[in-house]
Amino acid sequence: MNQPNKGLSIREMIEANKKKKYSTTNVFDKVMPFLLFLSAFVSVVTTVGIAFTLGFELFKFFERVPVAEFLGSTEWYPLSADQRFGVWALVMGTLQITVIAMIVAVPLGLASAIYLSEYASERARTILKPILEVLAGVPTIVFGFFALSFVTPILQALIPGLQIYNALSPGIVVGIMIIPMIASISEDSMSAVPKKIRDGALGLGATRLEVAIKVVMPAALSGIIASIVLGMSRAIGETMIVTIAGGSQPNFEFNPLNAIQTMTAYIVQIAKGDAGYGTIEYYSIYAVGALLFIFTLVMNLFANWVTRRFREEY
Amino acid sequence: MMKQKELKGDHEVNTTTTQPNETVMQKESAYVVNNLNLWYGDDQALIDVNLDIKKNEVTAIIGPSGCGKSTFIKTLNRMVELVPSVRTNGEILYHGRNIFDRDYKVEDLRTSVGMVFQQPNPFPKSVYDNVAYGPRTHGIKNKKVLDEIVERSLRGAAIWDEVKDRLNENAYGLSGGQQQRLCIARTLAIEPDVILMDEPTSALDPISTLKVEELVQELKEQYSIIIVTHNMQQAARVSDKTAFFLNGEVVEFDATDKIFSNPTDKRTEDYISGRFG
Amino acid sequence: MALPNSEFKNTKNLMDRASVSQRIKRRLQLNEIFKYVFLAGLVFALLVLSTLIYDVVSKGGGWVNLDFIRNFPSRRPEQAGLYPALIGSLWLMMLIVPMVFIVGVGAAIYLEEYAPKNRITSFIEVNISNLAGVPSIVFGLLGLTIFVRIMELGNSIMAGALTLGLMSLPIVIVASQEALRSVKMELRHASLALGASKWQTTFNVVLPSAIPGIITGIILAVSRAIGETAPLIMVGAATFISTTPSNVFSDFTALPIQIYNWTSRPQAEFQNLAAAGIIVLMTMLIIMNSAAIYIRNKYTNRH
Repeated sequence: MNQPNKGLSIREMIEANKKKKYSTTNVFDKVMPFLLFLSAFVSVVTTVGIAFTLGFELFKFFERVPVAEFLGSTEWYPLSADQRFGVWALVMGTLQITVIAMIVAVPLGLASAIYLSEYASERARTILKPILEVLAGVPTIVFGFFALSFVTPILQALIPGLQIYNALSPGIVVGIMIIPMIASISEDSMSAVPKKIRDGALGLGATRLEVAIKVVMPAALSGIIASIVLGMSRAIGETMIVTIAGGSQPNFEFNPLNAIQTMTAYIVQIAKGDAGYGTIEYYSIYAVGALLFIFTLVMNLFANWVTRRFREEY
Repeated sequence: MMKQKELKGDHEVNTTTTQPNETVMQKESAYVVNNLNLWYGDDQALIDVNLDIKKNEVTAIIGPSGCGKSTFIKTLNRMVELVPSVRTNGEILYHGRNIFDRDYKVEDLRTSVGMVFQQPNPFPKSVYDNVAYGPRTHGIKNKKVLDEIVERSLRGAAIWDEVKDRLNENAYGLSGGQQQRLCIARTLAIEPDVILMDEPTSALDPISTLKVEELVQELKEQYSIIIVTHNMQQAARVSDKTAFFLNGEVVEFDATDKIFSNPTDKRTEDYISGRFG
Repeated sequence: MALPNSEFKNTKNLMDRASVSQRIKRRLQLNEIFKYVFLAGLVFALLVLSTLIYDVVSKGGGWVNLDFIRNFPSRRPEQAGLYPALIGSLWLMMLIVPMVFIVGVGAAIYLEEYAPKNRITSFIEVNISNLAGVPSIVFGLLGLTIFVRIMELGNSIMAGALTLGLMSLPIVIVASQEALRSVKMELRHASLALGASKWQTTFNVVLPSAIPGIITGIILAVSRAIGETAPLIMVGAATFISTTPSNVFSDFTALPIQIYNWTSRPQAEFQNLAAAGIIVLMTMLIIMNSAAIYIRNKYTNRH
């Protein structure tokens, strides 16, 4: 064997370095796992922070406004002389937006998902999928502008009596915003259905449509449900589109042609205004925020649970 | 165990304190394995393994798949502990010290026991950086020293001539056989005492396999080599001693000539004559 | 052996060829129709996207020029610009990137490389996936209470960046976890077998291999954060300021806030300004996303 320099012993150098360098390497190996754990723990601290923030200010709100009024009344007049805090008026606004958004997003999102996973060629997928990704990356402020400056005028031309601020226009646009989410999560779970199951049905003479509806969709049901629930949760929490195009009139009636106010839009309205620290309005945004947080949390946990509980074993 | 005091002072031979008895003609041990048992969860993978592996020899571990030979070799540098549910008992003396001792740093063990894997696994770095990774990790930063280590290791692994002009190219550009020899060079770069090879040629073509086998013969001069192989001809070609594993137990451990010409145990005979496995 | 049921003795009666082929024809037609129905979902998305771009460009295209970038906001639309908002957004970005990089990648490394499989770990993971679904405005409430009031950062860039950083964290963590998971186990083994410690292996072998995926994830997360409006309204980003920020504790405004401000004014000119602002914002995001896609493609092709 060729040995250019017999005098150089790597082993001895390594041993010498080990003794010398022990401390620094050792310190890193002792300290880093702990620091990394702290990084991971930031997420827990954040959740605790949210719960603390909302809970603490919620408590102060309920010192001033009875729980029974908040949860039992349908009148929301926080800025009038005779203040009323019946949150159902805001919930109704949010509900209208969510319902309209889901009517738009579920069929279009699922149709896109089915096309991408069952019909599209590999080439078509690489061209079509980025459309959804770009749509998903559009900031909500842009969608808000689009709703107010483009969708609303068109709808007003079509529907007489539609107010400038209404639930319909932002509802539709929120739905458009959610399409990519429903499409991509559903498509993931439909693509995960193994080829051999599809081939089995195709081999028996089923058409692609029948395979999609009768074989793939039932097998991917948990993913589809999760995508819809997560989409709803996004619609409930969506802020800027409804703030810009929905108006600021909390009403406990289901009429998409009229101006509304959602829970999120109310929070923005107060935060933007001059409601001083310590006023009831100030605390009320935390009460509304807490309710919003609970709604979305329950839906997210449910979506998580559905995907975990009904994870298809192929 | 008696210490050979008269050796001291003569030359500065070996200063390891726990040197085993030097009976005449008896080589030093690299590893002494005593009553080793190992479980994956509830499944026992190694049962009462006892082996005395000598220095500067090639020891082959053979046996049908699932017999525990791969598990065994990974136990020798404690890589097996990366599987979360592993439990062991018994002892493995390396230079007389039990590698399972609480204060035995696993990094120290692996610095002097190199390993070559089934699939060539170079880092996605340059050829040079692959070989220099070990020394750098252990604090050797001097460029000149590193240059020399890299050259020496690549020569040692019989791949220098093939890569000397492309030291800065990504190692993924090498052929499978070259990658495996690069991995051997990477191991040589930290000058280990023992090199563990876990079916090092199973992913290689016959010519690359031959090159690696020749290399094993050369390396034996300086290193103790333990090689797991599913290929009995390979074991016969390269090794001095052979251990036959079956269902987690050592059936027979003896000189390779003896194992292949005149095995004591019926099961060994059945295996090497190709009746199963 | 005879079939138990006499009806089936004559197989010719089992299937009526004519009606079957009739049905097959109908099924194939249905299949063909629905193929286009499903495609319509994607076409609709494409249509909306192009309409949106057309709408914005037609309204704001003529308003984007150097003065628009260089000027401060003004009551007179023809003089108005978004310079302080642009600078504010850049400040935010510069603060958010290192924050989410250190904490997000740290968390991902912990979860992928170090975390034992126990209840605490799965609790942290559930936590992260739930945080990803918390509405941004709730992060805004958190920022308002914790950063603006309790930590007394005021309506500063720092308060905004911390709020947006926490909001982006789940995306960064999940993307980094995926990147780390895609690093082959064999590489870790190679390093460990050379006597490298866990941290040396993670830092010198695993992280470099995962870094393209991590960077892609961070760019995508930050580009989302930069487009966020609601959390910044909550922490009190100003709608009208006459100076650019001098340090991280200065008051500030940001592009989405400025756009929102213009959108909510009735005059048509301000709508045009809003559209022009959107063009600037979207251009920024497109540049960032292109960089992310470039990095992703460059490094995924190699292996």
